[in-house]
Amino acid sequence: MTPSRAAFAAILGKDLRAELRTLQSLPAMALFAVTSFVIFRFGLDRTSLSGSLAAGVLWATLLFAAVLGINRLFVAEREEGGFDAIRLAPIDRSVLFAAKAAALLVYLLALELIAVPVFALFFLDSAAALGPLAAVLVLTDLGLAATGTLISSMAVNSRARDLLVPLVLLPLAVPLMIAATGATEPLMALGGPGYHRFGTWLAVLALYDLIFGLVGYAVFDFLLED
Amino acid sequence: MGSENTPPDEPALRLAGLRRDFGERTALDGVGLELAAGESLLVLGPNGAGKTTLLRVLATLLRPSGGEVRVLGCSLPGEAWKLRGRIGYLGHEPLLYRELSGRENLRFQARLHGLGGERAEARVAELLAAAGMERRADERVAALSAGMRQRLAICRCVLHEPELLLLDEPDSNLDAEGRELARALIGPGGGRSRVVVTHDPERFLPESDQVLRLGIGEAAVVS
Repeated sequence: MTPSRAAFAAILGKDLRAELRTLQSLPAMALFAVTSFVIFRFGLDRTSLSGSLAAGVLWATLLFAAVLGINRLFVAEREEGGFDAIRLAPIDRSVLFAAKAAALLVYLLALELIAVPVFALFFLDSAAALGPLAAVLVLTDLGLAATGTLISSMAVNSRARDLLVPLVLLPLAVPLMIAATGATEPLMALGGPGYHRFGTWLAVLALYDLIFGLVGYAVFDFLLED
Repeated sequence: MGSENTPPDEPALRLAGLRRDFGERTALDGVGLELAAGESLLVLGPNGAGKTTLLRVLATLLRPSGGEVRVLGCSLPGEAWKLRGRIGYLGHEPLLYRELSGRENLRFQARLHGLGGERAEARVAELLAAAGMERRADERVAALSAGMRQRLAICRCVLHEPELLLLDEPDSNLDAEGRELARALIGPGGGRSRVVVTHDPERFLPESDQVLRLGIGEAAVVS
């Protein structure tokens, strides 16, 4: 068997190189997020948001932008025979799950490097929330990466892939979004960041990440069977 | 790399009553044969006879629905994990990423097969030269002709020095020069076994030890 670390690095490197070359996912995700913020700004007719409304606008936008990337995560494997090439190699197939989740995590972090400053510029009075928000972003992204990779691998063989991913992913992401908005809400409170139940929500996010990471690791091998 | 050699008394292939169903349709039924290590098997039959299905079962990409399948001493589907890395599969699709260059694709495959560093670079360079692809090796696969993609696919197939080659129409899209180069890479010899699916028996018959004829709704015949 090829060492898992080498196979993981090979698959992740291949995905990131292909994305850098084609820019098929990231620009669409970023453009969607920025456009959504513009629509929210004029639709709500507000120059400043706080509390639960700010958290809701941020996380709904990031989640729907993430769906665009999740939809395309396995397209190259499906259309260019990557699944077969990887299935023929002497590697643990859960390495593919880990590498794809890592690639999605990189896309989500890159998306947020663009979207969150735009959100702050449009809606926040100060940037004080952004520091602690980073922890919420990372933990939520880990959960989205695990769930999204799992759902994307299941949906990629379907002709209704674009429909199936949001239909299956969004209900599974509800607990994640509840915890993410719960942790974000006090950070964006009027009068500056607060930390009411912040730690509890972070723990919920970490638990979600652990559960879906383990589920993905456990079932991914079966998903690749014919 | 194909380091786990088949035991000396074990044939490369042993099939008995192999069946593969797709839902209610049976694509393969009652296929049985033995192929000694180092021998070549030619698979013939009309479209839809199950030739590609047979190769995909042997490559561990499809699970058999019934019968006994032993490949290089490994029983399928239970021991499929032991077999991967010991077979080279050339199918209808080149299994190459269109946005990567030929060299990047081969490097990627080399790493999946446990080859790294200078050893991988040397092997990739050797194969690109053998396939006459050195000058076009750094172009994106999407920009290459079908024949050049086939040459790269042949390189991918033999990159890890497999013990068994499973070749589905290996001459597809190749010109006369390409066919000669391909013969050097995937031709008989070198102690490895081969299963070749083709619609051009005259080309491959002289280098085959056995012929398997598959028919639609008929019993498979070995000669």
